[in-house]
Amino acid sequence: MKKLLEVKDLHISFHTFAGEVQAIRGVDFDLYEGETLAIVGESGSGKSVTTKSIMRLLPQGNSEIKSGEILFNGENLATASEKKMQKIRGKDISMIFQDPMTSLNPTMTIGKQIMEPLIKHRDLSKSEASKRAVKLLDLVGISKPETRLKQYPHQFSGGMRQRVVIAIALACAPKVLIADEPTTALDVTIQGQILDLMKDLQKKIETSIIFITHDLGVVANVADRVAVMYGGKIVEVGTVDEIFYNPQHPYTWGLISSMPSLDSQDEELFVIPGTPPDLLHPPKGDAFAPRNPYAMKIDKEEEPPMFKVSDTHYAATWLLHPDAPKVEPPLAVQERQAKFRASIKGDK
Amino acid sequence: MAKYITKRIIYLIITLFIIASVTFFLMKFLPGTPFSNEERLTIEQREILNAKYGLDQPIPIQYMNYMVNIVKGDLGVSFQFENQPVMDLLMNRIGPSMQLGVQAMIIGTIIGIALGVLAAMFQNTWIDYGSTFLAILGKSIPSFVLAALLQYYIGVKLGWLPVASWNGFSSSILPTIALACFPIATAARFMRTELIEVFGSDYITLAKAKGNSRGEVAVKHAIRNALIPLITVLGPMAVGLMTGSMVVEKVFAVPGIGEQFVKSIMTNDFPIIMGTTLFFAFLLTVIILIIDILYGIIDPRIRLNGGDK
Amino acid sequence: MNREEIKEIPKEQFEPAPIDHEAGERLEKPQLSFMKDAWLRVRKNKAAIVSLIILALIVIMAIIGPHLSGHDGYEQDVAKSNLPPRVPVLENMGIFDGTQKVGGEEVNKYEQMNIEEYYWFGTDSLGRDLFTRVWLGTRVSLYIAVLAAAIDMLVGVIYGLVSGFKGGRTDNVMQRILEVISGIPNLIVVILMLLILKPGIMSITIAMVITGWVGMARVVRGQVLKLKDQEYILASRTLGAKNNRLLFKHLLPNLSGVIIINTMFTIPSAIFFEAFLSFIGIGLQAPSASLGTLIEDGYKTFQFLPHLMIIPCILICVILIVCNLIGDGLRDAFDPKMRD
Repeated sequence: MKKLLEVKDLHISFHTFAGEVQAIRGVDFDLYEGETLAIVGESGSGKSVTTKSIMRLLPQGNSEIKSGEILFNGENLATASEKKMQKIRGKDISMIFQDPMTSLNPTMTIGKQIMEPLIKHRDLSKSEASKRAVKLLDLVGISKPETRLKQYPHQFSGGMRQRVVIAIALACAPKVLIADEPTTALDVTIQGQILDLMKDLQKKIETSIIFITHDLGVVANVADRVAVMYGGKIVEVGTVDEIFYNPQHPYTWGLISSMPSLDSQDEELFVIPGTPPDLLHPPKGDAFAPRNPYAMKIDKEEEPPMFKVSDTHYAATWLLHPDAPKVEPPLAVQERQAKFRASIKGDK
Repeated sequence: MAKYITKRIIYLIITLFIIASVTFFLMKFLPGTPFSNEERLTIEQREILNAKYGLDQPIPIQYMNYMVNIVKGDLGVSFQFENQPVMDLLMNRIGPSMQLGVQAMIIGTIIGIALGVLAAMFQNTWIDYGSTFLAILGKSIPSFVLAALLQYYIGVKLGWLPVASWNGFSSSILPTIALACFPIATAARFMRTELIEVFGSDYITLAKAKGNSRGEVAVKHAIRNALIPLITVLGPMAVGLMTGSMVVEKVFAVPGIGEQFVKSIMTNDFPIIMGTTLFFAFLLTVIILIIDILYGIIDPRIRLNGGDK
Repeated sequence: MNREEIKEIPKEQFEPAPIDHEAGERLEKPQLSFMKDAWLRVRKNKAAIVSLIILALIVIMAIIGPHLSGHDGYEQDVAKSNLPPRVPVLENMGIFDGTQKVGGEEVNKYEQMNIEEYYWFGTDSLGRDLFTRVWLGTRVSLYIAVLAAAIDMLVGVIYGLVSGFKGGRTDNVMQRILEVISGIPNLIVVILMLLILKPGIMSITIAMVITGWVGMARVVRGQVLKLKDQEYILASRTLGAKNNRLLFKHLLPNLSGVIIINTMFTIPSAIFFEAFLSFIGIGLQAPSASLGTLIEDGYKTFQFLPHLMIIPCILICVILIVCNLIGDGLRDAFDPKMRD
């Protein structure tokens, strides 16, 4: 598989009243053609900032890409000119936002909003763009697209609006689609429909998706690979199976054990104690150490490097150091790991 | 919507009724009749006149007549100008006032919007600070101060434009500038706040994500959405213009309603004062009503889902 | 991805380090009360701080200013009328030296008329010291404005609180009354009131207050309605708090922001209105001075003696500008949307 997007050692800071907030502190990941990469983390972990920086949509003035590279088609987007970015946005990389109720322009017809990128990037005439917009609306499952085209956003329900936003994002058949919690603001029943739609469209348009979410349940449904973020860093990355059934980082353990599942016997769900780190004063050592029941002295001294678990699976925890003591992960994780090992043996 | 308009019109009628009643009883409080200062009149003549204008009748009947006359558009007669009907005087003088008001409103909103857009697009740069400072000046400097300064420095000292005369467009320039300051300031401040809020909204991020440049985002998506709520400040602007017109017309000797009003205050010409007051009240309440209805019609969000958030 | 070689780490570093629960829960930011937080924000706004200092100076001058020059503000002396400004020290630099253009020629009126005294801002047509009168006028203008703002605040807050807090039919009736009153343009009410009341400090204040409180009442009611439905009020109610406690302990402190901002904007508009009324001839009557009457007086002889009008004009503009800047600063500071 070909690498489409490469993010290398990205550092991003926000300059605020109180001082410099180091929102992203060295993020690396790759995106391959046709895959769906999920970025998981709690709010404030930096997942949205990372993806917004790929499109260079961070607020101007108070945010700054301190260092690092975002390579796309051999070009470093971190330093690309605004002109260059305008050609990429909406054409090669596009984005779906969290809240469909606010992400459409209330005083512009749906049709105009869908046609805008087509006229801009594809040089289509108005009538051609309009024809294409009808097709797009049909594609995202909106009935009577011709009449719907002339309507305003307030005449659509939340789920319908998100379909429209998806149609806008896919208008120019982008190579990368960034979906920033696209289902969080929707009803549970609608969530499933939108996820199915996205999977379906990904096959048709052959685009790669970066899917940001805090909901592990959604991840299992859509992703090929998963990156777990904590405190402005990626702490573990691997395929869906690796993350769900053989997690290595104590934070991932916490996430997985706090997820309700049908076969979990316990009445009480696991809770990760404490609060996320204050990135205004990033802690020394591992950012997760203060909340980590498995923390060791070294965690408070030095940040762990990425340890390799398999060719596709890496995790940043000192527990993977050969000299580290072997610890027992939480029960829920142990069960999953047992299943994982069994399935590997079964394969062989 | 129809229900809302009906409700608003009922309030408008109640408001006007109260103002009219208050003016009537104020007139009764003030000493004398409209003819008591006409010394040439004999007592008989005066009685004839009193009878003619119904001033010999009991107050409740006078009140009734007065109200009926107002509905007919009859605001009484002036003390000063040979008993000319107040309504005629107002109509004779409405032209210059309207011209100034409309010119100031148009120029004011256009410049104000431009300043506000610039300030919002270049937020926290010197353009923003400059525009905000201008807006504060425009809001703070009283129109009569500005009018007097313009008259003295541009009219008298530099002699560029005519002062204290009313013929042609050139004599309307200085009063228009003096009047336009308030609308400029109001529109600029409102536009800036509104645009900054719009710029922070999700659909603007989406517009950027489509590949629009900053300018395109502002022109195609943001300004339109910020302009709609600007309608709400047109009402206060109209009030400000009316207040301003009195002093500005006085300074530049514009033969308008405001100038006559101030003169009438000096000469205690109560029918004109009361008539003008009623006229202003009517104009303002109607303008504000029209603006509110307009707002309801224009903004599809308000019109169709007023109830939901 | 960092694929570093695994490096040697001393064994003892891998000993467990238990979680320090206290450390995890500690708040990094110091806790600030609402008012303190707002003050910190105002302090960051340089324009507002400079304005506050200027306003303080003007208030001090309004108190002590009339006694500084040694000339009385009411004493008329036609022999010393219409003098231009003359200030010691500055006169040596060619400004404020008591010269004036008469018929195109520069003449020193003080030398011409053999006057030894210094009138810092000159004198008016009746020979009264303008410096003293300007500060007397400022005192009156500020007094009217503060009085009007205070009454507006009192009436508006009580009306808004009662209307919003009682709700139901009371609110409905009070709202209808409010709607009718706010439909009447305040310019018209003020003019009508001044035609029956004799112009004076009290009558001008009353005339302005009659419709002025409506804005405050609206804002307060709106806020009360918003706050009333919030969980903490409900929580307090379920804990058995009486209405009085809810009003004074919970609602008023949260309303203080909007009340202060609104009052801060009432003051300049009252100063403007007083000056406006004086300028159209129904304001304070002679011999009392306000900034408005001084401007009106000065306007009559503006073309020949511009200083008589320009000095009070500058002062009123400065007061209005600094009040608006302070109001803006306070609004930004109290705006909860801006809190981070």
